[in-house]
Amino acid sequence: MDRIEVLKTYKIFIGGQFPRTESGRYYPLKLKNNMTVNVSLSSRKDFRNSVIAARGAFNGWSGKPAFNRGQILYRIAEMLEGRKEQFLEELKQLGYTAASAKKKVEQSIDRLVYYAGWCDKYQQLFSSVNPVATSHFNFSVPEPMGVVAIMADESTALLGLVSVIAPCIAGGNTCIVLASESKPTCSITFAEVIATSDVPGGVVNIVTGNRKELHAHFSSHMDVNAVINCNSEKDFNKTIGENASLNVKRVFTWNKNWTDEKEQGPYFITDLQEIKTTWHPIENIGVSGIKY
Amino acid sequence: MSKKETKKLDYFTDWKYAPAPEATDHIRLQKQYELFINGKFVKPNSGKYFDTINPATEEKISSIAESNDKDVDTAVKAARGAYDKTWSKMPAKERAKYIYRIARLIQERARELSVIETMDGGKSIRESRDIDVPLAANHFFYYAGWADKLEYAFPNRNPKSLGVAGQVIPWNFPLLMAAWKIAPALATGNTVVLKPAETTSLTALKLAEIIQESGLPDGVVNIITGHGPVGASMVNHKDINKIAFTGSTNVGKWIQKAVAGTDKKLTLELGGKAANIIFEDAPINQAVEGIVNGIFFNQGHVCCAGSRLFVQESVADEVIRKLKDRLETLIVGDPLDKNTDIGAINSKMQLNKINEYLKIGVNDGAEMYQSSCSIPKKGFFVRPTLFLNTSQSHRISQEEIFGPVLAIQTFRTIEEVIEKANNIPYGLSAGVWTDKGSRIFNMTSKLRAGVIWANTYNKFDPTSPFGGYKESGFGREGGLHGLMPYLKF
Repeated sequence: MDRIEVLKTYKIFIGGQFPRTESGRYYPLKLKNNMTVNVSLSSRKDFRNSVIAARGAFNGWSGKPAFNRGQILYRIAEMLEGRKEQFLEELKQLGYTAASAKKKVEQSIDRLVYYAGWCDKYQQLFSSVNPVATSHFNFSVPEPMGVVAIMADESTALLGLVSVIAPCIAGGNTCIVLASESKPTCSITFAEVIATSDVPGGVVNIVTGNRKELHAHFSSHMDVNAVINCNSEKDFNKTIGENASLNVKRVFTWNKNWTDEKEQGPYFITDLQEIKTTWHPIENIGVSGIKY
Repeated sequence: MSKKETKKLDYFTDWKYAPAPEATDHIRLQKQYELFINGKFVKPNSGKYFDTINPATEEKISSIAESNDKDVDTAVKAARGAYDKTWSKMPAKERAKYIYRIARLIQERARELSVIETMDGGKSIRESRDIDVPLAANHFFYYAGWADKLEYAFPNRNPKSLGVAGQVIPWNFPLLMAAWKIAPALATGNTVVLKPAETTSLTALKLAEIIQESGLPDGVVNIITGHGPVGASMVNHKDINKIAFTGSTNVGKWIQKAVAGTDKKLTLELGGKAANIIFEDAPINQAVEGIVNGIFFNQGHVCCAGSRLFVQESVADEVIRKLKDRLETLIVGDPLDKNTDIGAINSKMQLNKINEYLKIGVNDGAEMYQSSCSIPKKGFFVRPTLFLNTSQSHRISQEEIFGPVLAIQTFRTIEEVIEKANNIPYGLSAGVWTDKGSRIFNMTSKLRAGVIWANTYNKFDPTSPFGGYKESGFGREGGLHGLMPYLKF
């Protein structure tokens, strides 16, 4: 008799831990091999727990040297490369062809490497020293926005997820991501990759569930600084925009074809950056003299 | 020098400043102002006008037209027409020349604009003459130069104008805010419908005259006056591509909600409650000047005002004593007097709001200290006010008062003051005073605010990006970053 395969229970990923949803709810997902996965149907409470984790991780993550963040993103790519076979199999179970699955996983790895490189470079491109007319030294630098709530692309299992997490955390933000509802399994396996890549707990939080249920909570939470929907859902996006006004969240619709190589770049990072300008007097310079 | 060795300063001798009022006979004002639409001054559809008064005397200056939805629509159509027919087709270097012309005309008429700004808004002539008006001209001059250089600002991104920008501005820096809004919008190739605040329409209308004089093609800039519903009508107008708003956080939130689900691009520059932090090693005398400039500049009608003072416990007595002394020397009164430090509160409504907060502060248990100065019987004035022994939970420490009222707290450690400074929904600006360089950089990187002044306060420049974190809004005005809100890529 053949050996019986050990199946995996798909959990969610909050604060570096892998709980099931606190609600106990699930939704069944039938795979191509006819096995059924009971995916966590995450609740508002799971989301709120994720925000607490993300906020808690923000100071540490944004305070890390940019070079170090780059190494950690590169480490994620290494881990993903090492578990490539597992992702290929999972993507096939979600309906991808072997060729398509291979392409998507490889693109995901490459995208992580791409953004790893950006971690300590975008600052120089988007900073400025400003030639003010008074005797002050004045400069502007990008800084991470904070906690970002993301509803990932519904149509892709892995690439859409990686394409938004990477620029978000490359810029020093922490995030909560709602995975594709119809293709959620890869997202949790990707969470296992993150968990083994020196990414501090809480920097990336991944929940599975229903966008219709959760989009209002993603956009109304008062401790979230920015909200992104990667899907062009007019009704949802209107509600998201309206709720965002409760605490002046920054709102983005990143409805992109993530397989397109053009849909990567520093502007995904700078969307999630604030510009901070600092002034300091200069002593005895110019004709106008010192002024505090 | 210890406290005991210091002699008490005497401000009550006969040494008084003689009045030094700025002349007003050279300014040109009309009895009635119309709407500036499509290059012409036209009567409002409503046929209605409202008074604009001098808040220092409560006397009427002029009548201002009240727009309605139809006027908004006419103005937007004019802006759209100008965008389609002329402005979007004009070579960028020619566009630039018009903006340069506007800058020059503002410079030529600077004194007139300063006097009107002071008469209509109540700010001291020293501030309107030395800050508001020169900065407004400089803003046009700075952004004019960007018009034909945008591809260098955004390499490989092919920046394109948006179309019609609807801009709503506040009453605290009327002409300067108009410049902050119009200059980058024009430089990036957009056309404009601008609404000034109802209490301070005059310098915007004088700017309309200047724009007419400059020969700017008709409809490129339209200026319509009126109350809140005019702004709301602009926000909801279907043919506006971009809304830029400076004002209160509450209205900003309403606007963000109103444009949700539309393609309108939005920037918001909203309220603030900035922490101004004094460490024990700070140059105390300069810091006291910084505190005064931080909160009493423009009567405290400043979104980035340093309205929360945090003083390290070891120097709190000295700082507060010197601050009280300095408070006594501030001259409150006729805004047109060149010696005046603190002018008139902009409106009766704002005066009532400030007085309400003074009551709240006292009722919440904070200790109120006011300058003993006399204030004019007529007009809207408030004595510069300190609140001592405030705590983080007091409403005067949490809410934007927008007046010359400073809430003072003390702190012991850096961690404590960072936590307190950041623990607020706003994030527009902050100030840090210390002699230690490493501490400055520690503080400036940890304070969550868009503008940080270290050993200085309330400085502005066209090249310097300005704007908030969190509920203080999004988008930047000034500098290269200030071009972005008016472009698509």
